[in-house]
Amino acid sequence: MNDTGLAVSNLATATEELSVSVWRGDQSGGRFEQFTVPARQNQTVLDVVAYVQQHIDPTLTYRFACRVGMCGSCAMMVNGEPRWTCRTHVNNATKENRLEIAPLRNLPVIKDLAADMDPFFDKWVGAEGVHHPSRSRHDPIAPIDPTSAHRIEASEGIECINCAVCYAACDTVAANDDYLGPAALQRAWTLYNDAKDDGRAAILEAVSGKGGCHNCHSQGGCSHYCPNELNPMKAIAGLKRATTASFFGRKGNS
Amino acid sequence: MNRLGHRKHGLWLAFALHRISGVALALFLPIHFYVLSLALNQPERLDGFLRWSEQPMVKAAEFGLVFLLAVHAFGGLRLMALEWLPWTSAQKSLAAAAVAGALFLAGGFLLSAI
Amino acid sequence: MLDIRLYMLQRITALIMAPLTLGHIAVMIYAVQGGLSADEILARTQGSIWWMLFYGTFAIAVALHGAIGLRVVVHEMLGLKGAALSAFTWLVAAGLAALGLYAVMAVTA
Repeated sequence: MNDTGLAVSNLATATEELSVSVWRGDQSGGRFEQFTVPARQNQTVLDVVAYVQQHIDPTLTYRFACRVGMCGSCAMMVNGEPRWTCRTHVNNATKENRLEIAPLRNLPVIKDLAADMDPFFDKWVGAEGVHHPSRSRHDPIAPIDPTSAHRIEASEGIECINCAVCYAACDTVAANDDYLGPAALQRAWTLYNDAKDDGRAAILEAVSGKGGCHNCHSQGGCSHYCPNELNPMKAIAGLKRATTASFFGRKGNS
Repeated sequence: MNRLGHRKHGLWLAFALHRISGVALALFLPIHFYVLSLALNQPERLDGFLRWSEQPMVKAAEFGLVFLLAVHAFGGLRLMALEWLPWTSAQKSLAAAAVAGALFLAGGFLLSAI
Repeated sequence: MLDIRLYMLQRITALIMAPLTLGHIAVMIYAVQGGLSADEILARTQGSIWWMLFYGTFAIAVALHGAIGLRVVVHEMLGLKGAALSAFTWLVAAGLAALGLYAVMAVTA
């Protein structure tokens, strides 16, 4: 924060302060540490974390990049709920002027607020959430009909920013180490419906194993918390339907 | 750590109700089967048990059991519809309807029992 | 922990039980009127092939369904896995099926 920013905030709310509880530690454990930061009329949770790091304790570790909800780097647990911190207004997240900020749930911690995303992305690959080319560069580009049922399904999931908010919101992920999780399964469903992807059989196979879509309990935490308002629960239901159709020998088509 | 934070929404509660009712029914079943099997060799003990079950507290517990059975059945039908039928976004309303339907049946049982 | 075969078994037994459960609740509401007695229950069920089929199907379906459901719960909440989890699943299924079928025989045979 520069001087101008501070001056403006001091004029607006000279006396108000915000009590922030920030998780500090690493893989071996940690605890919450209290910080007092100025309460401003307009600030995001990420602004608060940045204030602590820039003005109080420069050793605080956290991750962010774009600050505008595009990159998916800055998700954390805010008062026990997974949020994209750069787009979460402090006023919408605080309870009785208190803010508790912790690293994303269901992932190992690297340090402080930075979670290790490796298991999350490993599961994308485990769910065949990778492109399976249907043509080579010498072939003409496959035509896409934006009004087809498959394309509409695929389009519903493509705005995922890999922030892992859904992964942190899911109690099935918390309880079952093998479970691929909502983001990876939604990517699998998106690719399954993508006319340019040639991996339908591989996808159904990958999501039918012991950590697959059938472990989902439709708790809906994923869809409830997705910051981009996507619906992973619906995508996983799609995978269940497609694998069921395939189980009974029908060519899965929706 | 705030443990309830991410669980305060309707479909999570529907999940919890489905799990609790399922486990409760699974634990109840062996008792249920044992009591019925008394009919084979010890019908007088079965009759004794059935008389014991006329107490108001036991009838209240039976109301609970019918509710758990019905809410597990209706909730399960909702989940299978969610998984296999075309998507509908009214999941919270459907979950609430499952609870209402189960209360209706359990209430019907209770009125019939007293 | 739950692959597609166990999932299908869980859902198919659920579909079988949906009408049976509603029928069972209807029978309960009907039968509980005026109190229950062993004679009253046995008069309705004894020697009836239809009640035997109804409740025999119910008992087998609920044994499988309950065993798979408990399998999920003990894995997720108690951390049981691997061969122990499989053994647990099939022991519960066999136990519930044996108790259930014995009870069905007791009231219908």
